[in-house]
Amino acid sequence: MTDALIQGILLGGYYALIAAGLSFMFSVMRIINLAHGSLAVFAAYALFVLADSFGISPFLGLLIVVPLMALVGWALQRFILERATRAGPLVPILATFGLSIVIDNLLFEQFGANTRSLANYIGDLSYDSWQLTDDIAVGKLAVLIFATAVALLAGIQLFLSFTPLGRAIRATSEDSDTAGLVGIDARRANAVAAAIAMASVALAGAALGTRATFDAYAGAPQLLFAFEAAVIGGTGSVWGTLFGGILLALGQSFGAQIAPQGFLLGGHVVFFIVLFARLFVPGSALRRQVLAALGRQPA
Amino acid sequence: MNAMSGERITVERWTGSARLAAAVVVLVIIALALGPKLLSPGLTDRLTALFVYVILAAMWNALTGFGGLVSVGQQVFFGLGAYFAIRLADWGLNPFAALVVGAVGVGIVAVPLSWPMLRLKGGEFAIGMWVVAELVHLLVNLDTLVRGETGTSLISMNNFDATTRRDSIYWLALAAMVVLLGALFVLLRSRIGAAIQAIRDNEEAAASLGVRVVTTKRLLFVLAAFGAGMAGALWLATAITFQPRTFFGVQWTAYMIFMVLVGGIGTFEGPIIGAVIFFLIETWFGSTGVWYLVGLGAVAVLFSLLLPKGLWGAVESRWSLQLLPVGYRLRLPETKAE
Repeated sequence: MTDALIQGILLGGYYALIAAGLSFMFSVMRIINLAHGSLAVFAAYALFVLADSFGISPFLGLLIVVPLMALVGWALQRFILERATRAGPLVPILATFGLSIVIDNLLFEQFGANTRSLANYIGDLSYDSWQLTDDIAVGKLAVLIFATAVALLAGIQLFLSFTPLGRAIRATSEDSDTAGLVGIDARRANAVAAAIAMASVALAGAALGTRATFDAYAGAPQLLFAFEAAVIGGTGSVWGTLFGGILLALGQSFGAQIAPQGFLLGGHVVFFIVLFARLFVPGSALRRQVLAALGRQPA
Repeated sequence: MNAMSGERITVERWTGSARLAAAVVVLVIIALALGPKLLSPGLTDRLTALFVYVILAAMWNALTGFGGLVSVGQQVFFGLGAYFAIRLADWGLNPFAALVVGAVGVGIVAVPLSWPMLRLKGGEFAIGMWVVAELVHLLVNLDTLVRGETGTSLISMNNFDATTRRDSIYWLALAAMVVLLGALFVLLRSRIGAAIQAIRDNEEAAASLGVRVVTTKRLLFVLAAFGAGMAGALWLATAITFQPRTFFGVQWTAYMIFMVLVGGIGTFEGPIIGAVIFFLIETWFGSTGVWYLVGLGAVAVLFSLLLPKGLWGAVESRWSLQLLPVGYRLRLPETKAE
């Protein structure tokens, strides 16, 4: 039981890491990027190629892939999202979904159906662990990923609160027209935000590749995990994302204790419990409707 | 000068070209109904697939184009329609009846599901539906009849000989398509249709005029679920085997998005055209596998960015043409020469 709890919390770190970019982008641009998971898998493949063909360890590889992904984020915003947002609120969803199909299938075309992993390129770290008690051990890699997530979230928080660029991004997300009046370049703020989100996706891709295996179509489940963590924690809230990731992972961890298929089911069930709970938040419009439908007066 | 004096402005719901189009539609339906008698078995099967695509496109468009709700999880209803049919047939119901009852079951399931889901907005609704699809997929796998990802078959369908089976499924698919499109057409021309199009154009403004936004959206949600469920059941009837991964795959939603974006989102005719285009592309390029999917995704991105109203939307605004009119047109009196 304690073991499931500890492993669940550590796994939650991974979900927080991948959810951080999704949640950040949503809070700034009000866009949910449906290619988020596919881009994380793309980053994992980029690290794999660097390690496999050029012998560059994934940690050094991040020095290349993080800036590369930041560039991808900037381009994504400039060439797709900016245009899509202007065309209407639904268009970014459709455009990024189409993009994810393109990315997934191009990766499949390039790398085939074999699953890949970065675990072979990080030495002992992939299996080393700290023995806490006789039956509980925590993997060093899992702890590293958890610490990375916390550092990333703290970094985003500090960046938004204390830097001029962070303030510009917050102002743009509140009201881009008014921000423009006081001389903030909204296009630049959004492009920087997208670059930061995709840089974080590079870290998530590294975590995905080192802790497990991935294939060309692994993007969809990663997107769903990121989304579930973000929604459970309250979309757009920095520390809520960590909490959401942990709650999701605990649901999976305890689900797996009950039945082999319980891992994914447990996570989805937690997600829906939180979603339903939001219906009954006092004062919500839907709660009044539900009560009215049941023939009762709202309290 | 007195063009605004009221009585001479007439509201037009049918135009000459639309009356002609309606007559053509009736003729096409009659011709299609004769299909199995005239066409080769292979072509009959392909047309059945086309009808399923038209249903999928029209129903996704009902939800997205008119209801303003993008769902990337409509495969849940597609898969559930097939699963319910399998289940009902296993309990001894005639397989053809099971297809229809299964789809009705999907519509019923959609009612309670709409409560939490319609509370979500934009992208949250889109991916939330995807999570629903994954959850239902996992739950269906737990049924011992399905045997996990191994799947099962609609065995009782084999009690009918091949020709009867093919022709019956063809007619059932044609009937389902005609009924669903007809229902959508009547719905869009009714009072609710005015509300639907008001919501499509501006949700807040519609709400402020007293349109019951959530109720209207729920109606579309359930209709779209029922339609996708019917499509899934029909697809099962042609494929016979039910593998959960195939039926609950997100590629179904990718196809729907492609068809609607290319044809013209938020128009009645667009998705039908999109389905025909998708059908042709699949026939010609489907064998290229991965590149075919890359192409579909890329075309969807390009249309959403460059031609967001799709082919039919472009035609409609270019020539002010409406073949199956679901809206209202004001005809101003001809201004007399001064």
